[in-house]
Formats: sequence, C-alpha cells, structure tokens
Amino acid sequence: MNIDKSLSSRLLDVFVHGFIVIVLIATLLPVVHVISVSLSGSSEIMAGNVSIFPRSFSLSAYRLLVNDKLIPGSFLNSIVITIIGTIINMILTISVAYPLSKKKLPYRNFFMGLIIVTMFFGGGLIPSFLLVTSLGMYNSYWALILPGAISTYNMIIMRTFFGYVPDDIEEAARIDGAGMMQTLFRIILPLSMAAIATISLFYAVGHWNSWFSAMIYLYDVDKFPLQLVIRELIMQNETARLMAMAGDFDRANEMSGQKISVDGLKYSALVLSIIPMLIIYPFVQKYFVKGVMVGSLKG
Amino acid sequence: MGWIDLVSQTKKNGLMKSKRFEDKMKEIIKYKSLLLLLTPGILYYIVFHYIPMYGISIAFIDYKQVAGQGMLESILNSEWVGFENIINFAKSPMFFKVVRNTFLLSFYSILWEFPAPIILAICLNELRNYKYKRIVQTISYLPHFISVVSLVGIMIMILSPSTGYINVVLVKLGFEPIYFMAKSELFRTLYISSGIWTGIGWGAIIYIAAISGIDSTLYEAAVIDGATRIQRIFHITLPMIKPTIIILFILRTGGILSVGTEKVLLMYSPITYETADVIGTYLYRRGLVYMDFSYATAIGLFNSLINLAFLITANYIAKKYSDISLW
Repeated sequence: MNIDKSLSSRLLDVFVHGFIVIVLIATLLPVVHVISVSLSGSSEIMAGNVSIFPRSFSLSAYRLLVNDKLIPGSFLNSIVITIIGTIINMILTISVAYPLSKKKLPYRNFFMGLIIVTMFFGGGLIPSFLLVTSLGMYNSYWALILPGAISTYNMIIMRTFFGYVPDDIEEAARIDGAGMMQTLFRIILPLSMAAIATISLFYAVGHWNSWFSAMIYLYDVDKFPLQLVIRELIMQNETARLMAMAGDFDRANEMSGQKISVDGLKYSALVLSIIPMLIIYPFVQKYFVKGVMVGSLKG
Repeated sequence: MGWIDLVSQTKKNGLMKSKRFEDKMKEIIKYKSLLLLLTPGILYYIVFHYIPMYGISIAFIDYKQVAGQGMLESILNSEWVGFENIINFAKSPMFFKVVRNTFLLSFYSILWEFPAPIILAICLNELRNYKYKRIVQTISYLPHFISVVSLVGIMIMILSPSTGYINVVLVKLGFEPIYFMAKSELFRTLYISSGIWTGIGWGAIIYIAAISGIDSTLYEAAVIDGATRIQRIFHITLPMIKPTIIILFILRTGGILSVGTEKVLLMYSPITYETADVIGTYLYRRGLVYMDFSYATAIGLFNSLINLAFLITANYIAKKYSDISLW
C-alpha cells in the first residue's frame, strides 16, 4: 500500500472526497434550509436572514396549517389512498407473479409477452383518461388506484423472488396434499415476506408521492391528496386562500404579535409534505436498496 | 406399399396431434387453480392497457364524446378522418417547437444525468472507511423519495425573486434579483440540475452493486503490475461494469421522449413555454384542457412511436457493438 502515496493517488483522493462532500452538502442544504425557514418568524423570513438555522423560532405557521382542515384532511386522504391502493396492488401483483413464476405453466410465454409489451407501448394519456372516465371513475379514488394497479416492473421482481423458492418445498407440500392455493398462502408467502415488504413499500411510496392522476380525475377539494394540495398552495399560487388563512390567524392571535407571512405558510406547507417521508425513510431505505438490487439482477 | 405408409403415417400424426392436445389439456387442468388466479391480473392488463391501445384509433377519427356513452361506443359513432389529425400536428407551428424542446431536454438530461451516478459510485468505491461510505450512500438517495411536487416546491421557494435565499444573497451582494423560474433560458439548467439532485444517489445503487461484484483478484494483479489507483479505475472498474452501463443506457434512451412530463408541468408557465413546452405537456393542454381529444391522441401516437423507434435503435446499436442488449 506504500505505492499509493503517489501524486496521482492523492489527487484522486482530493477529487473523490471533494465530490462526495459536494454531494452531501447539495443533498442536505436545501432540505435543512427549507425546514429552518419554516420554523422562523415571518419578519426574519421577509428580511432574508434565515440560512441554515431558524431565527426567532416560531411554530405559528404550522399551527395555522394544522388547524385549518385543508392540510390535515388531505393528509388523511393520502393515507387512505396509500393503504387501500397498496393492498390492491399487492393482491393483484402476487396473483400474477406467483403463477408466472412456475416455469411449467401453460401459455406462460404468451402471458409474459402480453404483459411486457405494455412496458414499451401504451395507449397514451387521452385514451386512458377517456376510458377511466367512461368507466364512471371520475372524481373517485378508484381512478387513482385501478389504472396503475399492477406495476410490471414490480411484478417481475416479485416473480423472480417466487422463483427462488426451492421446488422441493413445494413438492413436499403437494405430497402432503396441499393444493396450489394452499401452498401459496401457507408456504410461499411466509417465505417471501422480505420481498412482499419491499414491493409494498415501492407501491406505497408511489401512491404517497403521486399527484397527477389526482389532478386530472378529482374534482372535490375535500378529496385531494396531500401532494395535490401542496401543488395548489405553492404552484398554483392559491394566494387568496393563504392570505385568508393568514388573516384569520392574525385576528385570532393579535396578542402574541406573531404575524404570519404568505411565504412563511408556503414553507411550512412544503415541510409538511416532506416530513412523513423524512421520518419513515431511515427505517425503510434498506428494503428499497435490496429491491433495486434484485430487480437489476433480473434485468 | 407407398400409400399404406402414407396412411399409417397420417394416422400416427393424427394420433400424435390429438395426444399432444390431450397432454395440453391435462396440463391446463393440472394448473387450473393457478390459471384462475392469473385471470384478474390479465383482465387488468386487458382493460387498462390494451383497451387504451385500441383507443389510439381516436387519433384517426373525429372523436365526439356523447354524454352517457362509453369510450368504445363514442369511437364507433365517430367519423373516420384518417391521418388528418397527425398531419395537422406535423404542419402546426407548435410541432417544431415542442419536438425540439423535447429532444433538447432529453438529450441534455441524459448527457448530464447519466454519468453522475457512475461517478458517485466510483468515488464511493474509493472510500476506505466503511461506515462513512454507508452514511454517504444513505444520505445520497434521500432525494429520490421526495415527491416531484415537493422538489419543485423547494425550487420555487429558494429561487423566489422576493424571499428566496439565492436572491437574498444576490441582493446583499449588490445585484438585481433574478426571477429564475420565469426565465426560458434557465429552464433546462434548472430541470437538469434538480434531476441530478434527485437521481444521483439512487442511480448509484446499481453501479455500486455491479462494482462490488468485480473479482478482487483483478485488482490485486493490477497492483502487482504497478497500476495506480486511477489506472485501476479506468482499466478494470469501468470496463467491468460496461454491461450494466449499456443496459441502463438503452433503457434511458428508450424513454427519450417521455421526458418527465409531470415535472415539466409543475415547473413551467406560459412565460417559459419557449423552452419548456415539451410533447407531453402540449399533449396535456390540447387534450385535457382544450378537450381536443383526437388531436391530442394523435400527438400521443407520435410520441409512442418515436419512443419505440429510439428503443429499437438503441438496442440494435448495443447489439452491434457489444454483446449486451435487451433482446
């Protein structure tokens, strides 16, 4: 290892460590900054004094957002959509992945072909939209759940996992008189818990972060999921609504002297949209990494 | 003698055929519960993927949505106009603009976003402290989990001309504030930079896995031969992960025209249409805002076909110049 004190090796170290530090700072800085601003008093925000640490710590914006029914309501909506959506996703995905993992299944190649083609070619936005609405799902959560019920990518990962279960175990079950469905429930699924957890998380994150389907299919603001509400507040500049909220709070809290700026509200709303993911992330990230690796092995 | 052979041969073929048919039926019966299990899923694909494919025919008709009628009924009741919609799109002034924007955005996206995870993976591989490496990795793919809405939200707030931190600093340094999100010429830069921010860590995962699969004896032999670390990177690491790089590149190129429409939709505004309006967003406006269903479907068809063409080309080139390809 003494050869490695050469100039080229040290230059490499400079580059490597420099690059990594830049990536770390660039990744964390925006998030830290936004959180800090959201926790700062509005006069400081307007004066632009907040960079990394909050100034004149204030939770007023959060209190306002949480007490108004818009954001908590949309939060609940997102939870409902995510839970129901993921359950349906998993039932359908497993119901397709398990049979297709059996190499001797009749017409297996035909079915696989049918499914894989959909990864490369599709009807497009308009035909899908017209279909979904003509099926009566406009303004319904079903429009958010059914069209994407099976992700072929996830299904293939699941199928690969099922393929890893040794045949002998299933043979033994069959000899003991178990039918194929019993084998699935009593043996295969318990053995595949890791894969099920991973794929469920993939689907769940997908639901939680989605907004576009909600935008085109949902009409009632009460039904909006969290991401769509955030979009309305920050991107569509629902300033009127935000100012009304700020105004309400002002009247209610005149004594505390804490005024809330519209921008302050936006920062806080933004943080509320990120927080759930930030909290869950450390616990679940290892599942995701494993899932990607299995998926890439098959690919 | 000849025709007796023929007859018995035919009888044998017939017997073999009906025997094969019998065997096939036995297989189907044996797997009947699995095939049954498969049915809802297949139904899903037919309804939500293949029926819309049939719906592409909307591009060739003058689609009139009648209240109370389903999509299929309305298709059957509408007039055939052939290639009129596609030709109108091709002749329209928007055509050149959105196609150009889509290609440029895709091209620069791939140019800048594709190598970044590879570089990160190689850098991470050079780290000797395992704990540090794990921490960096974990932090680096956090952005992948932040939704597009939140991502663009962060951009909008930080780049805001009034309270955004970037402009606050600029003003303190004596400059005029810049309304970043409203400048056409900055759109691509912002789109791609945020794309790198989101994807670098997550994209590196696959490369890190591939690198860890490289036989360490190769490195040992290189060290004995006196190769420097830089040389080892370029002569061992990179060539050994070439298959991974190529496959991912094909997949990336195949999606060249599905430039993240959702993200553009969130980032753009009429002021930035000049560079920001891509095929997907134009399709969205014509189809779902102006309700010009046939025209928008024609745009979608164009989009899908070009995507397919790129995928096939990329795969062909890969096949020709290496052993790696998708099919």
